[in-house]
Amino acid sequence: MAEFLDDFLFTYQNLVYSLGVNGLLALSIYVVLAVGQLSIGQAAFMGLGAYVSALLTVKLGVAFPLVLLAAMITPALAALVVGAPTLRLSGVYLALATIGLGEVQRIVFINAEFTGGALGLSGIPTRGGLISIYGSLALALVAFVCVARSKIGRAMEAMREDELAAGALGVDLPAYKLGALVVSAMLAGLAGALNAHVSSFISPNDYGFDAAVTILSFALLGGIGSPFGPVLGAFILTLLPEVLRPLADYKTVVNGAIIVVAVIFMPRGLLAWRMGRAGAAFRRPK
Amino acid sequence: MLAQQLVNGLVVGSTYALFALGFTLMFGVLGVVNLTYGFYFSVGAFLALFATQHGASIWIALPLAALLSGCVAVVIDAALLTPLRRAKAPELASLMVTLGATMLLYSLANAALSTDIRRFPPGVIDATAIEVAGIRISMTQGLIIAAAGVMVSALLWVMNATRLGLGLRALAERPDVAGLMGVNAGALVRLVSLLSGALAGASGVLIGLNYNAIQPYMGEVMMLKGFAVIILGGLGDIRGALVAGLVVGMLETLTAGYVASSWKDAVGFVLLVLTLWIRPSGLFGRLAVKRA
Amino acid sequence: MSAPSLEIAQLTVRFGGLAAVDDVSFAVAPGRVHGLIGPNGAGKTTLFNLVCGLVAPTSGAIRLDGQRIDALPSWGRSKLGLARTFQNIRMFNDMSVLETVMTGMHAGLAESLPAVLLRLPSFRRAERAALEKAWELIDFVGLADAAQRRSGDLPYGDQRRLEIARALACEPRLLLLDEPAAGMNPSETHALEELLERLKGRGVTMLLVEHDMHFVMRLCDEITVLNFGRKIAQGAPVDVRADPAVVEAYLGAKVARSLEAPR
Ligand SMILES: Nc1ncnc2c1ncn2[C@@H]1O[C@H](COP(=O)(O)OP(=O)(O)OP(=O)(O)O)[C@@H](O)[C@H]1O
Ligand SMILES: [Mg+2]
Repeated sequence: MAEFLDDFLFTYQNLVYSLGVNGLLALSIYVVLAVGQLSIGQAAFMGLGAYVSALLTVKLGVAFPLVLLAAMITPALAALVVGAPTLRLSGVYLALATIGLGEVQRIVFINAEFTGGALGLSGIPTRGGLISIYGSLALALVAFVCVARSKIGRAMEAMREDELAAGALGVDLPAYKLGALVVSAMLAGLAGALNAHVSSFISPNDYGFDAAVTILSFALLGGIGSPFGPVLGAFILTLLPEVLRPLADYKTVVNGAIIVVAVIFMPRGLLAWRMGRAGAAFRRPK
Repeated sequence: MLAQQLVNGLVVGSTYALFALGFTLMFGVLGVVNLTYGFYFSVGAFLALFATQHGASIWIALPLAALLSGCVAVVIDAALLTPLRRAKAPELASLMVTLGATMLLYSLANAALSTDIRRFPPGVIDATAIEVAGIRISMTQGLIIAAAGVMVSALLWVMNATRLGLGLRALAERPDVAGLMGVNAGALVRLVSLLSGALAGASGVLIGLNYNAIQPYMGEVMMLKGFAVIILGGLGDIRGALVAGLVVGMLETLTAGYVASSWKDAVGFVLLVLTLWIRPSGLFGRLAVKRA
Repeated sequence: MSAPSLEIAQLTVRFGGLAAVDDVSFAVAPGRVHGLIGPNGAGKTTLFNLVCGLVAPTSGAIRLDGQRIDALPSWGRSKLGLARTFQNIRMFNDMSVLETVMTGMHAGLAESLPAVLLRLPSFRRAERAALEKAWELIDFVGLADAAQRRSGDLPYGDQRRLEIARALACEPRLLLLDEPAAGMNPSETHALEELLERLKGRGVTMLLVEHDMHFVMRLCDEITVLNFGRKIAQGAPVDVRADPAVVEAYLGAKVARSLEAPR
């Protein structure tokens, strides 16, 4: 049995890693969507985490836990820079600003010498692996479930449904939006770092516009009624090209089509179930 | 040297302005950030390419390509955005749909046309350049500058001095009640799509001519620049689009000339972030707001 | 003498050329029910939006229990004890009735992020208490049978009552009600009136916009009348009803409407 598992892991190692990493990325966009905002910068946050972590490991030999920490803090700072001025405005501004962030970052990575230019960074030593990837995913899921079933989860759903009414009920809208964006950037950065340390090689174009749209399609396919929806979406979209080989060449077509269809015809996604929003049983107290 | 740089900057800036114009018109009147806009730019360039390859003169190919790009825009709007408008979907839903559609359309175009760079047949436009006081400017460049100026003036005139403009402004202000005021909202939406699509298509042809390099993703590159331009100019602001286009174009050319050409593409986005920090309403200060 | 619950001083807001609220001043004493009436477009909803921070005034001052609140965002005002309902119902459609009411408790509920993540006893206690209070409130407004239903699926009249419960959830010092009886049938209106009477009995200060005149006259201690953004009368219900300026404003509006109708 153990032997079988080893064989399986050996053959499908990369796929197993991608599933976990994409699950984390799906959760990272979920937090933003859950407060009614849209970020097209998740790939950029991921790239920032990946580069920072790879550089710290390769050039400075920093310990892995510290590397991960840095890979979360740096994108969080980027999120503050982009989010603080835009989140007070209509949601369109955040979406456009995050696209801008992605482009500036790509140009910097391509042009700066210490990031290896257009060729990217290679020879990143393997760190972490299964346990850190799936451990992070599980922790993040549990945390999101806890948050959803509390006053924070209620406030998030309220502002997604009707921002104005939520504000009038005392929900501090800018704080919630900025908090969500920062958490989302940290998760994406973490995913980027974990991914960089199991794939040995990263390049600027891995974190472009296409990647951002793919991450969005995870959440829209799965639905955002609960944190499980986006993870399900990520799993499906990661497995699909493996199962249906011919689809692999048309990944972007599929992802694009999924977004269009999901928004127009299936706004609740595949997993339409909506999680309860209280931290206690709804039973009538005696 | 500097003078030539500035003229080059003016040309590049005019292309941005020309491109951003339809985009900002769409946002200003319809209230949606339509990311498929860049695709109409590619469509225009390819249509003109095919037409000239089949022997049409550029003076026929240009308006034809613009018109057909406009029609594509109308169809896409009707298929994707009208259902959302009808369902009163949240504003970001339309952004997401067009985001998905852009991916889809570019990938399909790519599969059908390949990413090879194509060129117009030689002699499609008079290649001689005028030279004044040591500054060279080609026929296409002159055309681009003129087109940007004329289009902006025409649009401003339509918006501010005609009955049509009045209807458009009513639609922009209160889409819910525009219908009651005798404005045929559906027809106006189609008209705006047609106009914006045609503007995108025309600028695709002109810019394709200028660089003589046509490929499916050319619209996406332009689109990313377009964001910087429309935010700097103020979302939905026609005058702002012109000025911001020129500013970004000039600064890019100067960066390429005096810093390094590889950094010029960052200019727009740095401006974008700075604008958002300092003055999110853009150069002329009209913030797109939601009504309570 | 204590400060008035709500004090509005020379409040003005302009939208372009239109002064939707024009130099309006009045005060609401604690525990009283104050009516705000006027023809369509008089500026009543706009005044509410000003008070709760959805629209910024062009000039003037707003005080809640003596404290200036005009610079605060809407969530800041809610924390000071201001709550409202909306003329066009604003529901959190997917939430259950109980969840909706619990959302209304947001400002007063102490749940820190660590407590939420670790499910600390303090968090559990807070949630249980919130749930208990939510049950009480839906009992109070008569929605207990619908406790687990999706808010968006409730009939219109029930949604209005749910909005009131949601607003009451934060134990407001001042409650703003924008046409709570709009679209209700007579028996629903009657039930609502009873509900508001009971609220009044509990000492909740209210500012009430309503087109149903009998309703307003019976419930309110004092009435302010707006027309074209200006205050044209104020006083006890009997006096306001007899005021010629008020009669003319309403009559004028009615005549204008009857002139428009045939076209
Ligand atoms: N955000 C806004 N921008 C521009 N004009 C506005 C805005 N809000 C309200 N108005 C205008 O202000 C005026 C007053 O509107 P308001 O909604 O306050 O009236 P109201 O007294 O509540 O009327 P009703 O009884 O119909 O509810 C109207 O002419 C309205 O069109
Ligand atoms: Mg009103």
